[in-house]
Amino acid sequence: MSTIYIDNKTYEVKQGKNLLEACLGLGIDVPYFCWHPALGSVGACRQCAVKVFKDENDTHGKLMMSCMENIKEGLRVSVADKTAQAFRSQVIEWLMTNHPHDCPVCDEGGSCHLQDMTVMTGHDYRRYHFKKRTYTNQYLGPFIHHEMNRCIQCYRCVRYYHDYAGGKDLNVFAAHNHVYFGREWDGVLQSPFSGNLAEVCPTGVFTDKTLREHYTRKWDLTTAPSVCQHCSVGCNTIAGERYEKVRCITNRFNSQINGYFLCDRGRFGYEFVNSANRITQPLVRHQAVEAVDEATLMGHMRKLLSGQTLIGIGSPRASVESNTALMQLVGRENFYQGISDNVGFIERRIVEVMQTGAVQPASLQDIQQSDAILVLGEDIWNTAPVMALSVRQSVLKTAAHQALEHNEGIPMWHDAAIHELVQHEKGFLANCTISASPLDEISTCVLRHAPDDLARLGFAIAHQLNGWLPRVLVDEDTLAYIIDIAVFLQQAKRPVIISGTSCYNEALIRAAFDIAVACKATGNEVRLAYVMPECNSMGLAMMQAPSFESAVLRTTREKNITAIVLENDLYRNVPALVADLFFNSVEHCIVLDSLNNPTTQQADILIPAATFAEGDGTLVNYEGRAQRFFQVFMPGHTTLRESWKWLLKMKAVRAGDTNNGVYHPEDVLAQAEQLLPQFAGISDSAPHHDFRINGQALPREPHRYSGRTAMLSNLAVSEPKPKQDDDSPFSFTMEGYPGMPPSPLIPFFWSPGWNSIQAVNKYQQEPGGALKNEQAGKLLFAYIPDAKPGYFKDIPEAFVVRNNKWLLFPQYHLFGSEELSAYAEGVRELSPEPYVALSANDAAQLGLGHGQTVTVKVFEQAYDLQVQIDSSLPNGLVLIPAGLQNMPVMNWNGYVSLIKGSGKP
Amino acid sequence: MEHPLTQYIHPGCPPFDIREYEMTGGYAAVRKALGSMTPKEVQTLVKDSGLKGRGGAGFSTGIKWGVVPMDEHAPHPKYLIANADEMEPGTFKDRLLLEGNPHQLIEGMILAAYAIQAGVSFIFLRWAYKKAAQLLRRSIHEAYVAGFLGKNILGSGFSLEMYLHTGVGRYMCGEETALLNALEGKRATPRAKPPYPQISGLYGKPTIVNNVETLCNIPHIVNNGVEWFKGLSYSEDSGTKLYGVSGKVNNPGCWELPMGVTIRELIEEYAGGMKNGYQLKGVLPGGASTDFLTAEHLDIKMDFTDVQKAGSRLGTGTMVVMDDATCPVGFVHNLQHFFAQESCGWCTPCREGLPWVEKMLLSLEQGTGTAEDMELLEMHTHMLGPGNTFCALAPGAMEPLQSALKYFKDDFEKHISLHKCPYE
Repeated sequence: MSTIYIDNKTYEVKQGKNLLEACLGLGIDVPYFCWHPALGSVGACRQCAVKVFKDENDTHGKLMMSCMENIKEGLRVSVADKTAQAFRSQVIEWLMTNHPHDCPVCDEGGSCHLQDMTVMTGHDYRRYHFKKRTYTNQYLGPFIHHEMNRCIQCYRCVRYYHDYAGGKDLNVFAAHNHVYFGREWDGVLQSPFSGNLAEVCPTGVFTDKTLREHYTRKWDLTTAPSVCQHCSVGCNTIAGERYEKVRCITNRFNSQINGYFLCDRGRFGYEFVNSANRITQPLVRHQAVEAVDEATLMGHMRKLLSGQTLIGIGSPRASVESNTALMQLVGRENFYQGISDNVGFIERRIVEVMQTGAVQPASLQDIQQSDAILVLGEDIWNTAPVMALSVRQSVLKTAAHQALEHNEGIPMWHDAAIHELVQHEKGFLANCTISASPLDEISTCVLRHAPDDLARLGFAIAHQLNGWLPRVLVDEDTLAYIIDIAVFLQQAKRPVIISGTSCYNEALIRAAFDIAVACKATGNEVRLAYVMPECNSMGLAMMQAPSFESAVLRTTREKNITAIVLENDLYRNVPALVADLFFNSVEHCIVLDSLNNPTTQQADILIPAATFAEGDGTLVNYEGRAQRFFQVFMPGHTTLRESWKWLLKMKAVRAGDTNNGVYHPEDVLAQAEQLLPQFAGISDSAPHHDFRINGQALPREPHRYSGRTAMLSNLAVSEPKPKQDDDSPFSFTMEGYPGMPPSPLIPFFWSPGWNSIQAVNKYQQEPGGALKNEQAGKLLFAYIPDAKPGYFKDIPEAFVVRNNKWLLFPQYHLFGSEELSAYAEGVRELSPEPYVALSANDAAQLGLGHGQTVTVKVFEQAYDLQVQIDSSLPNGLVLIPAGLQNMPVMNWNGYVSLIKGSGKP
Repeated sequence: MEHPLTQYIHPGCPPFDIREYEMTGGYAAVRKALGSMTPKEVQTLVKDSGLKGRGGAGFSTGIKWGVVPMDEHAPHPKYLIANADEMEPGTFKDRLLLEGNPHQLIEGMILAAYAIQAGVSFIFLRWAYKKAAQLLRRSIHEAYVAGFLGKNILGSGFSLEMYLHTGVGRYMCGEETALLNALEGKRATPRAKPPYPQISGLYGKPTIVNNVETLCNIPHIVNNGVEWFKGLSYSEDSGTKLYGVSGKVNNPGCWELPMGVTIRELIEEYAGGMKNGYQLKGVLPGGASTDFLTAEHLDIKMDFTDVQKAGSRLGTGTMVVMDDATCPVGFVHNLQHFFAQESCGWCTPCREGLPWVEKMLLSLEQGTGTAEDMELLEMHTHMLGPGNTFCALAPGAMEPLQSALKYFKDDFEKHISLHKCPYE
């Protein structure tokens, strides 16, 4: 700590920070543009000028940029100094010379950092009376709208896009007052992290194009803390609604997981909620009018539920509450995971190794702070995008720390100087996967093998770390890599091993674990991450139920079964033959879901399920972190409610109770804890429904929410009674506790004078640091430091290329492979067309060229697909994109044959 | 009077090739230094000579070199760069040296590189200096063939590679850190200091950037010693200086003269006085980014200290003379147009302030200016001052403006009251 003097007051502040960070951390407002906590300082905008004095006798002082001033003992500064104030106001006046006065029609208005800073400096009168410079805007794809005239040239967009996220197609062009931020030509932004530009840009140059389609001001949004539904990372988000439409997703900062940034699937995938494909009313099939009211529904339901054996098919994308309610309804022995055994088997293994407590799970923050990373068999760029972004930060930061070892004078926040010093040096990253990934360009070591060979590679690394473990025979070149990887992992202080389920290979899970355990034995703080397929895959896997195939087998043997399928399109999880067999074998089928899909077509009774926007629930992310998402709005359709509420009601109906009692999410979670001890503590993942501050609930609407009395005046003149939320500490109005809520309950970032998302500074312990009293969910896997787990050791045989047979694996696509987001228009637009990828060598042997059609035979079914030649792919493997809409489930990790088609291009 | 830097430069005649250069004592300094001096000794010699940078800032060359890490753990390679991106309006002194005696620069660079133990050197040359590029390319080749460049120079164990890099015509690249960015293939925006280039320069390695004229002095200091060098000068600042005069004088040109000749001597003796019918109204003593001096300052010495005392800067030592038939508003507008256009666009005050200044001056010149514009111009001269902007470009641009507002205020006010330019 250092003692510094700001306007003659004494403060104790942390060393290693710059003066701007220190001031903001102390609650002293200093305006800024080019600085960003995640991007560091470059000193370009000159907005954060303060007076710095040499010593107590210096009355003159010197204007300095606070973002470029290192904290040192005895530093004397004045923020309130007249010259400094005048200069800061002047900087705004300069920026305003060319900035359009279009706030009333600008998407940023009301959540604009430039507006906030303008007000903060006090500049209010225009003296520039010449013409403004204007630019041509660009088409940047379905997610980001471009309005260059508003640009204040803070350079944050390119620094974020280029340096932080590794994007290449957004640049700064031209010079002097014609600097242009955009692409070389119009086109879709190539980085899947482009949506963050909307938050990084301090004004309305880059804005959310999907929000624009149904625009609402920040102050008119009803918002609630949410958790992303589109992968297993569990990024924290804020969902905003008006008139029963989700309007936008913004980032909800937390230091453990996503920090400041989301991926585009997470930010823009929300539009599935507004999809025309939504199920809004209960349906009872095979009658004249299928849509029914609740009373009729319950009548039908009673018939189906009583006197039948109930089996429940759970879901990796439904909340823990819903899965638990289903398990309770059908009984534990009748509950099945709604996933195929080839994934279920791997997920069970992951749960098993995490439950040993031997190795700590790696949060994204752990990954960012690690100094060596091994990715074994997981295409994280596509399956857990924000994890890939974190891996990139580790690589950059490690290189920076290494460079600074010889240049102690340069502070870590000095972004430009660090870049200069680091040049192209990278921290250690070994990316060992089936095929090429955008992460390769920042990887020290890139290896491409079939999954079994990747697992062998992993076991070989474990052997290098611990000579007692069995030796694996590999070729000399690979051995050199293996030794390299082992040395880096061993020398690292905080290595991270990442693997996952996407290769459909269980040996990879064991190999990753063996490496982690061997690393731990060398004394470093190793951490382990297994990426899972869906947002609650871990939660479902922890319930340790049999997989779907067991349910199918049972239905073929038993009669009088009513199946209840929870939020799960089984046709995405098993081949159509298997799903058809299931639906043909069961007597009745009740399906709960939010969107129509092939499974809902099979339902005798179809029940509308709330999405994350209309309901409450808890998801367990890949690290075993249980996090609550909160209902954003109460839908007009009263039958649109959380699956767990429906299931509790069905339980009461089955038991003959007329009253199913009142249950809150935490009650259901408490039941989960009772039923399954592995969920111990999950009911405390967020404050309970009766949590109040000074007796007050927390408002979902900001204090400036407008139109409340007018919004529904076309239906009724009197203001309707506000809706009541019995499930959470939130109210649906602007009334309630006006202060800062506890971290899991932050519905919006807003602070006096700070209307934009930059208000997050005010919610943090220090700029860029953890939230005040941060509680990022509840970790369900206890770490046992002295756990002594056994090694797995059993090593798979090496992969052998077969004649005329190819081993098939899924190629995940950030856009298109995930079920729900694929209903968002922009995501669909960026999804690939179906194809089959094979190695250049295999293609040559088959006489196939890029773009030619080939017939792929899977399960005796034939698909004509276009050939993509992937020179990174090992011979003997083929890839087909995973999870595309209207693409059937393939025989992943099974052999297929290829038949050359008619040869037409 | 000695003219060490220009003694073998004869305008109209081709410059010396390496044979002629060696015959007239060229590369003797390299033989001497590499053969019998340690790098530290060369540094000390240059520091003691009092040589100050000739690029405009006037910082001691020896002290600048002294910051470069010299121990065996020092980052590797280190770089030496000759800043030949001469683009200051009114300045053409480096061109004379580049076209007149390229080997002299190369020799100076070898010595400087040896002093800081740099392994790689670059000449960053203004794009428009096509002839100099040709001559340098040939001369570098000759120096390689003769063994003054490359591996193990003259058996000394010291090795140096030299590359010629031609810019694309940005004034900004004359700023040493923007030059480094440009050389790395990045946008020519300046870098924040610290860290200084001596610690983290080109590609993050220790780097020295010296002006062409500065480097051309080194061989002569090594050959002739500190006392000789100090003795060349009329003032406290050592050595000779290449002075230039442009404007409506009878004999505009560039001359190597003892440091400290007066403005009067330069204009009247060397430049042949003002052309018939023109009176001297003002002088920018050191190029476009220095403050105006007026007729009453003619007897001050053209060295770093005295010009500063008079309220301006020696800069590059190449003065622009403004006569009484030229409108000072138009004159300054012309300069501001240049600076606004050459702003790199990195920091707000320069990027947004200079175009505003330029527009106000044009408006004044066209007779539509107001009294408020005068206040705003005045405001800009303070707000664009040193420290407020990221680099020295905008503060430099404000120097002629602030002094014009001081000395030629009448002219500005006439533009407002007459609603037109009184010089039309």
